[in-house]
Parts: sequence; structure tokens; C-alpha cells
Amino acid sequence: MTYIAKPKLHHPELPKNKVGYTRRDYEGKISTLCAGCGHDSISAAIVQACWTLDIEPHRVAKLSGIGCSSKTTDYFLGNSHGFNSVHGRMPSVLTGANLANRDLIYMGVSGDGDSASIGLGQFAHCMRRGVNMVYIVENNGVYGLTKGQFSATADKGSKSKRGVVNNDEPVDMIGLALMLGATFVARSFSGDKAQLVPLIKAAIEHKGAAFLDVLSPCVAFNNHPGSTKSYDYVREHNEAVNRLDVITGRDEITVDYEPGTVTAVTQHDGSVLRMRKLSADYDATDRVKVMNYLQQHAAAGEVVTGLLYVDPDSADLHEHIHTIETPLNQLTERELCPGAVALEKFNASLR
Amino acid sequence: MVKRVEATNDFVVKFANVNGSGSASANELFARAILRMGVPVSPRNIFPSNIQGLPTWYEVRVNENGYQGRRGGVDLMVAMNPQTWDADLKEIEAGGYVFYDNTKPLPKSKFRDDVNVIGMPLTDICNATYNDPRQRQLFKNIIYVGALSALLEVDPVEIERLFSEQYKGKEALLQSNVKALRLGREYAREHLKCPLGLRVKRANGVGHKIFIDGNSAAALGAVYGGATVCAWYPITPSSSLAEAFIRHCQKYCADPASGKNRFAIVQAEDELASIGIVIGAGWNGARAFTATSGPGISLMTEFIGLAYFAEIPVVIIDVQRGGPSTGMPTRTQQSDLLSCAYASHGDTKHVLLFPEDPTECFEFTAKAFDLADRLQTPVFVMTDLDIGMNTRLCEPLQWDDARVYDRGKVMRYEELEAGKDFGRYLDIDGDGIAYRTYPGTHPKRGAYFTRGTTKDRYARYSEAGPDYVDNMQRLARKFETAKTLVPKPLLYPAERPARFGAIFYGSTSPAMQEALDVLAERGIHVNALRVRGFPFQDEIADFVASHPWVFVVEQNRDAQLKTLLVNEAKVNPTRLLSVLHYDGTPVTARFIVDQIAQHAAARMVVPLKKVAS
Repeated sequence: MTYIAKPKLHHPELPKNKVGYTRRDYEGKISTLCAGCGHDSISAAIVQACWTLDIEPHRVAKLSGIGCSSKTTDYFLGNSHGFNSVHGRMPSVLTGANLANRDLIYMGVSGDGDSASIGLGQFAHCMRRGVNMVYIVENNGVYGLTKGQFSATADKGSKSKRGVVNNDEPVDMIGLALMLGATFVARSFSGDKAQLVPLIKAAIEHKGAAFLDVLSPCVAFNNHPGSTKSYDYVREHNEAVNRLDVITGRDEITVDYEPGTVTAVTQHDGSVLRMRKLSADYDATDRVKVMNYLQQHAAAGEVVTGLLYVDPDSADLHEHIHTIETPLNQLTERELCPGAVALEKFNASLR
Repeated sequence: MVKRVEATNDFVVKFANVNGSGSASANELFARAILRMGVPVSPRNIFPSNIQGLPTWYEVRVNENGYQGRRGGVDLMVAMNPQTWDADLKEIEAGGYVFYDNTKPLPKSKFRDDVNVIGMPLTDICNATYNDPRQRQLFKNIIYVGALSALLEVDPVEIERLFSEQYKGKEALLQSNVKALRLGREYAREHLKCPLGLRVKRANGVGHKIFIDGNSAAALGAVYGGATVCAWYPITPSSSLAEAFIRHCQKYCADPASGKNRFAIVQAEDELASIGIVIGAGWNGARAFTATSGPGISLMTEFIGLAYFAEIPVVIIDVQRGGPSTGMPTRTQQSDLLSCAYASHGDTKHVLLFPEDPTECFEFTAKAFDLADRLQTPVFVMTDLDIGMNTRLCEPLQWDDARVYDRGKVMRYEELEAGKDFGRYLDIDGDGIAYRTYPGTHPKRGAYFTRGTTKDRYARYSEAGPDYVDNMQRLARKFETAKTLVPKPLLYPAERPARFGAIFYGSTSPAMQEALDVLAERGIHVNALRVRGFPFQDEIADFVASHPWVFVVEQNRDAQLKTLLVNEAKVNPTRLLSVLHYDGTPVTARFIVDQIAQHAAARMVVPLKKVAS
């Protein structure tokens, strides 16, 4: 971490987005994580994504569990409400928050310790329900705050900093998300901002449960030879299936693409995801094929990244349970209380 | 000649049935018919953790005075379950009656010579009348209700009226039920000596009262209290509360314009998720609750601590059952007081409400949402299986249309815009409660980061000791404020000056009211105080201080309310005498009377010194 706070003063010509905010307005407190931590790059990517999507910071609620990754919600979007809840339980708290006010954007930030062990159940059910959220797992295969124990996503055969070999099979969160009905599934790398920022933007625009597994090396405990979550290892084995541009309804399409190299997926709300294919046989809208592809490539030792799966006709929990458009937290006794006359009728039916 | 219990409008009928045989609705019909004659009844289900095959009982106390506690003892056993015959027969009072299916004769050794026997060949009658095995089973129940109507002089017109209400528009069902009822009634009139010594006579003991179970009433209280988010996980005896909430919401809470729901109900994957969802919704400004029982509370405790420290309004309805652990799921107890009062790690204390019956389940649940918002903390409604899952005759539910929800200290856009100082944990008026903001209120002001204890008055991260202490002391002040808001205890003064006091709460209430009357008749006068909320007000300590001895009547082994009184109201423990009932059945007036009478006798002895002088 750095002890030197950035000056509050903005350069007067710092560019503003369409809602009048500079990039700096999306920053949070100074990170207390280790210098070089992958998580800080992810925070920066979130800042960049929100700024370029012209989202007003206060319209985002950021929620997390416990761990290094969960601390990061304090280090971006300082003008948003944040909630550091209990270990592994961000999904339920976020679900409740989302039910109370469907108008905000919900950003759930978690880690592999938080989501793949104690939180595995809540992660699963949150995906199943289709809670409209961005679920980011900052995945480093290790417990940082408690100093270097393996997490449940550590690959079998990988080595800890002290040389211990992990004997357990890893929890495949991407595979689980696909099985459980997540309608947006992506994997990226904290060291590849060019890939990560558009994925976060697309996840925000997506309606439903959007899951992002971001490999985010731990410089203190899991960045050594023998680790499969180090900067070197991930760079060497990264196999990106596509490069993404997100075009919201508001933007004009300005980029020219070579014919045949781009697939456009129009989502329910009109936003368009343009994927530049890097792998010729990859179809990100076919869930079964995606699952097969991922399994085959994982068996070959490759870390497949990119927008892995998207369901353009996704729905969210509110649609499933038919809640009204007005956020529930804005309703008052006028709308909610059936009143004395109805109660007297109810009483009469019980005599 | 066997002695006969003779009683009008004051007796206990117990039905011994097999779970899943369709007896429940027939037995409830019997109870309702008596109610329609203006005679109060209090039925209780005593049921196993089972869907089909195990024994189940339905006990109906008929009492014109309106005593609704379990009396103890049985005057008429409707013994329809051979599995439990021996035990059932034992329960009958001397001179009481047993009604049974005598299609297959039982040896004389199976009977008691001090119990009157009424045999009726129910199986034969059903076999002769119905071909379908399911009908034979279901109508057997209605046939015995018909026979009982003749034996006890229950007006058959009332039963038929109940049928016509229940089967409105289903003519075939209505006719077949009426037919079965008449079949049983006619048989009894022709072949059995009617009536028995037990009789029902029309009275005016019901009046405007309503017949409802506590779980339905609490669920409606949640609707009236403005709950929009409910997350729950099925657990007996609270499941029917969440299910009633679903029904009430479907009836009352659809948006008329769009037909869409003004509520969100999630059956969560477990209690951890239920309480998490409720906390998330409460944090974001919706009124949210969960319903659970003891094992669920145990699972929720980590989160409850977070809600206490993060100061998030949460309503938890605990329908208590036998404990500890996952035991006695279908039996009642008041054994979660301590686990709820102090739920979680660290220094925590929580607000508890103790409803005595379905009417208070409604009132207290609605009130719990105001309290939770005002105090920004979890509030527990401590009901139990006895109140929750049994239909009880009680005062009608009431609502004042002028009532406005108290959303507590919430800073809105206008105040933030005007530059009002916002500190999430800043107490500006001494009541220990700070302002909060809902997420998304203002673009530049009022956002804060919610976490457990590590914070200062402005919600900035701080691990500094003085900041922690400052916050903890404010939370203690807030708990003092809670004292002024929770329902006050109710005093039931004895008619004569009394040396003894008694403290009770919750579902003990009906048995206690009756016990006080019986004790007074025996010359033991007791002032009683019903505790309705925690933290305790000064009235409770004053009450204890003004009596040499105070009985604390509870339905748990460890005297949990007594512990809480000693800990929190600082009352003198040597004055407190526990009366504890915890076998899983609802406490009876007989039990309370016996216990108090024994204690009293021991303490009425005039000291030797006084005799000598």
C-alpha cells in the first residue's frame, strides 16, 4: 500500500463524462493492500468501467464479504454506499438489497476464499435465482489476510509459497456458474485491463446474474514458481476466446470491424455486445458447447478467458417473482397497509 | 355402576387419531360448531414429526368461562388409534368416557372399570355405506362427529351451516358430508345412550371474538406493518407463518394498476441466507423479516451480531419449539430467550417482544417493524408453537387508519442537500440513535461504508480503542431508549392484598389467568405481572421489590426469564421462585396451581419466634 494520498485537487481540464464526473470522482479510499496486488488493478478497472458507462456513482451499491478482495469495496466508488458483510454471505445480503430497490446497480465483490468455501452455497443460490448483479470473484487461489493458506480454487498439484503441494481438486466457479444458470459468465485477468474493463461494462449492462472470475495474483503469497495463479503462469497459459466491445443504446457504433470476425449479441435492454472472436469455433451463446470447450481446454492446462457465455434473453429475480417497478423501499403505508375496513372483514371471516 | 362425570360447557375432549387420516378437519369442525353455539373452546394439536402413520391428538377444551389454557386430564377420549389405546385410556379422568370403534371387539382387560365405554361400529357402518376406501376413511371422521353431536348435544344445524360455508359451490361435497354427519347422528340416537353427562349448552361466551392461529395473525401483522421483503427457510413450527404471509400478500398486496407484487418473498437455501437477505433489504430501506425457530436462530447468530453493530433494522419472528439442538420440532417451549436476547459474539443485546396470543402476535409483529426502524436494530417477536400453530379464540385484530409507519431517523435528499451534518454513527440528541441514509439518496453526500465494529462516528475505518468504546457506549444508550418503546408489562392485581407476586409471559398467559383464579379461591392471593418486552422497564424491578416472593413461571428448564431479570433488571434473585414446565406440552393451570400452592404452603408457616411470642 501507499501512504501518500493522491491530492484532492483535480486538474481543471480533467475530462468529464456525460453525467459530469471525472474519473477521479469514481475513486475510493487509498488501498491498504500490498503494492502490486492484482485486486487494485480490478478496482481501477471498475472505476474505468463505471466512468465510461456514465453511471452516477451514488446509483451503485457495492457489497462484499470478508477477505482482501472484500476490503476493496472501500477503495473504489467512494460516493457509493458500501457494505462489508460477513464471510461468504455477500450474495444473500446483496439479494436482499436488490429486492428492496431494483433501481440501483449492485456490485458484489468477493474472493476465492469468500465464495468458493464458506460462501459456495450462497454463490450457487444467488446464480440460480438470477439476482441482477455483477458478481466479481478476485481469484488468487490463496488466503491472503491469514497469510498464505490454500483456498478452494487452488489447482491440484500447485505449490504454496512454503513448498506444500495442494492435493485437493479445485472448485471450478466458472463451471458451477454455468451449471447453475448464470446468464453472463466471463473470466479475465487483473493484468489485462484491455480485456477486463469491457467485461465489467458488459456485466453491468447485463440483466441477471453476471459472474466474473478474475485471476488476480497475490504478490505476497502466491506469485512464485509452482503456483498456477501467478502473473507469469496466467500470462503464459491465458487463452482468450474473444475481445469484447460493449455498445450501449446511447453509443454510436464507430469502430469498423473486418467482416466475419465479429459477432454481435443484442441483449434484452438493447445493449449490443460485439465480440471479436479469437477462437474460430467458439459460440458464447451455446451453454452446452461452452461447458465442453472449457473442460477440454482446462484439461490441456489452458486458462480460457473472455466472455465465455451470455444469454441475450436473460431475466432476473424481480421478473421471476413479479415485483412492481417501483422500488419496494419507496412504498409507504398508503400503498402497503390494507387498512381497518379490510381488517374488520378479515375478523368477520374468523367467527 | 360406574360414576359419570357430569359437566355442562366445562370439559375436555381429546381425539386420538392416526396422522394423515383426514381427522384434523373433522376435529376442527367439531370445535367450531361448539364455538358457534357461543361456548369458548381452545383446541390444541399434539402432533408428531411425521406426515402419515404416527399418532396425533387433538385436544379440545370446552369452557364457558373462557379459560383457554390446557387444563390437563381428559373427560371424553375419542380413541380412534389402536396404537395408543393403552396410553390414551390412562389419561381419562375417573368417571370419564371413552368413545371407540367397536367393529372388532376388544377384551375386557383393555378397559378401565372406572371409565364409561361407548362403542360404535364405525368401520362396519363405513364399509356398508361406501365402496371407495378413501371415502370410508374420510367419512368415518365425519360420522364420529355426527355421533358426538348427539352424545354431547352439539347443535347439528351449526355443523351443517359450517359445511355449507366450507363447501360453497361444491354441492356434491356438501351433500356427502351432510349425509355422513346425519348417519353418525342417527346411529347414536338409536343405539347409544344420549346425552352423556357432558353437554354443550348455548351460551354467550364468544361474542365478537375471533378464532385464529398465531402464525396467521403474525403474518398479517407483517402485512399491516408494511413488510415488503420476507426471506425464510422451512422449519416447524414457523413454516406456516411464512406461508400465511404469502397468502395474505397475494390477497392484499398486489398493485391494482399493474397486478404486480408489492412484496418479494424468497424461500432461501437456509437460515443463513434468510437473515442475510433480510439484513440486505433492511439496510436498503425496505421493511423485511424472517420467521424461524430455535435451530434457525442458532444459525443466524453471526449475522444477527452484524445487524446489531451495523445497526440495521431487522424483524425476526421466533416460533419457539422444544430444544436444544434440532429436538422436539412439534412440541412447544419458551426456551430461546437467552439465545435471542444475547444472540451473537461480542457484546450484544437485543429487543424481544412476548405476545400472549394471536391478537398480540398481530399487534407486536406490526409494532416490531416500527421498533426496528426507530432503533435500527434486530427485533425479535418471541412466539411459540402453542400460540403459533393452534387456533385460539381471541380479541379481534384492530388497526387505526391514522397510524403512520415510524421509519426512524433517515436523512433524506433535501436535508443532505441543505448541508446537514451526516455522521452514520453520530448521536446528535442523546438517544443513542444516529441518522442513516438509504443507498442512492444523494449524488455527493450521505454515502457511507457499512461494516461491523471498526469505525468512528462518521463511519470511517478505525481500529482505535476510544472509537470502539465510544460506539459501544452509544449502543448501550440506544438500548436504554428501547426501554421506553417496547410494550410495558401488564399488572393483574389480586383482589386482596397479596404477599406473593408472579411474573409470566407469552403462551403461559391463559393457564396463568386460570391458575390465579383457582389460587384465589383457595385463599392464595397473587399479584401477577405479564412481561411483554425486553429490555425491562423499571416497573418490573419495582414489582419484584414490593413482594417478599415472586414466582417466575416459564416453559423452559433453566429459568431463562429469571436469569434475564437478575442480569438485566438487577432484581434480588433470592426473592424469585421458579415454576418451570418443559416437557413439550403447553403448561396447564393445574401444574401452576400445584407448584405455587406448594411453595406458598412452605412459606405460609408462621415462624417459631412469632408463635412463641
